[in-house]
Amino acid sequence: MIRVKNLTKSYRERLAVDDISFAVGKGEIVGFLGPNGAGKTTTMRMLTGYLMPSCGEVWIGEYNMAAESLAGRRLVGYLPETAPLYTDMTIRGYLTYAARLRGLDRKRTKARIDEVVVTCGLADYVDVILGKLSRGYRQRVGLAQAIVHEPEVLILDEPTAGIDPIQVAQTKALITELGKDRTILLSTHILPDVSAICERVIIINKGRILAEDRIDNLSDTMKAGKRLRLTVDGPAEAVSEALSQIDLVLSVTFEKPHHYIDYSFDQEPQAAITRVMVEHGWTLLAMEPAGVGLEDIFLKLADDAGSIH
Amino acid sequence: MRNIGIIAAKEFRSYLNAPMAYVVTAIFLALSGTFFATYLAATNYSDTSLTGFLNAAGFLILLFAAVLTMRLIAEEKKLGTFEFLLTAPVRDVEIVLAKFAGSVAVLTAMLALTLYYPLLLIVFGDPDLGPIATSYFGLLLIGGASLAVGVFASSITSNQIVAAAVAGGILFGLWFLGTAARFAPGGLGEVLSYLSLADHFPDFVHGIIDTRAIVYYLSVTALFLFLAVRSIETGRWG
Repeated sequence: MIRVKNLTKSYRERLAVDDISFAVGKGEIVGFLGPNGAGKTTTMRMLTGYLMPSCGEVWIGEYNMAAESLAGRRLVGYLPETAPLYTDMTIRGYLTYAARLRGLDRKRTKARIDEVVVTCGLADYVDVILGKLSRGYRQRVGLAQAIVHEPEVLILDEPTAGIDPIQVAQTKALITELGKDRTILLSTHILPDVSAICERVIIINKGRILAEDRIDNLSDTMKAGKRLRLTVDGPAEAVSEALSQIDLVLSVTFEKPHHYIDYSFDQEPQAAITRVMVEHGWTLLAMEPAGVGLEDIFLKLADDAGSIH
Repeated sequence: MRNIGIIAAKEFRSYLNAPMAYVVTAIFLALSGTFFATYLAATNYSDTSLTGFLNAAGFLILLFAAVLTMRLIAEEKKLGTFEFLLTAPVRDVEIVLAKFAGSVAVLTAMLALTLYYPLLLIVFGDPDLGPIATSYFGLLLIGGASLAVGVFASSITSNQIVAAAVAGGILFGLWFLGTAARFAPGGLGEVLSYLSLADHFPDFVHGIIDTRAIVYYLSVTALFLFLAVRSIETGRWG
């Protein structure tokens, strides 16, 4: 449904998107993963027809966005980075405007709004002015306007950014549900989001595609994906040595006073670690997740790309 | 046409929901009403015409247009809703025409509110209705041209104040070309006079509908709406 060929965007001297090509098939949910400033938003803006590419082509369905932008735009629902809300309108007024602009007639508009406010958890707020909504609700309204006309293609720019964990879970569930019968491209810089929702990821950094594969195939690349921080009462070097003997552990690094353990995202080494501690008679004072090594992945991928050339 | 209707209706509703249109309309009515009344008093109520109102109205409409249009596109750029609008299946020219139409509706409503001036004249005197009709036609033409300039100014920035200043600059510049024309030699003077927003208006006040004047005002309107469309298109190239 989405095809991108040699897409390039330069702003004066700076290359924001550098010759990228990819495709998203009908019914696929694909994650667009990259740190801030990687070119995700610029790419999505070109996909939706908001920006013209400096070079290259975008196809939405059978439409070339350079020649038949209007027909292409009709197929797309788009949630920009910040939900684009008219602060003086009510939720109902805004969604009506969005649906009518995308070609729905009055009757269909009314029916669809009644549906999406329930889908997006906005049913109790339809007459609230948008300017008075909290960030989480703004994001929901943003999602509602993107799906109100039942587009075949959904392009979501950081749909889970800036909302609380419960809402993140709800949003993920909603996207998964929506993805059953439509094509979705979503961007994020949060690794677990992608592995939870998407079948495939495109990893982008500095305007270039670093990797593109199914989630399960990327596991090698994502070996650094999970990390634990241990605080152990025991001789640091011996502890490192013993921990690195565990099968499930990929690497151990010691940065006083913590040991960091990297392990594959589909493994659970906690039990084995606890056993090792007990066997050696050391005290495990703390064991906690130490965040996601996305930066590490990018560095690694960038390194790999660099070493090829 | 459908898209233009939808967007224009939304713009008109936004005007009704915000204080801006009411404030400028109130100021316009207060000022133009004062000019209307003081002129009548100055002539000792012998000249039952709109002259007092009309002398000020043209210029007041420029101010009105600059303030009324400043938010039309600039605000969308600031709010991020421009991305929403530009990714909807709507042509850039439809957006510009709809925004323009929304502001013309407000202008028309405001001018309609001034119709009680001629009404007063009809009730208490015997005004010449022909020139009054042509004057209102002229005011609509000046207003349309001014609003088009405002739409263009709003399309080139995300800052409403800058938009108003640019619109004001262009409009006053075009208005006072007429004054400049009087000091310019022969041919140049005529050209400047033709290009002036002000110099075509007196004909309408005197009940004359001059095709050249209509062509002039419509050309200015079309030119600035075209420039606004180009400005949006240029924005897409980042």
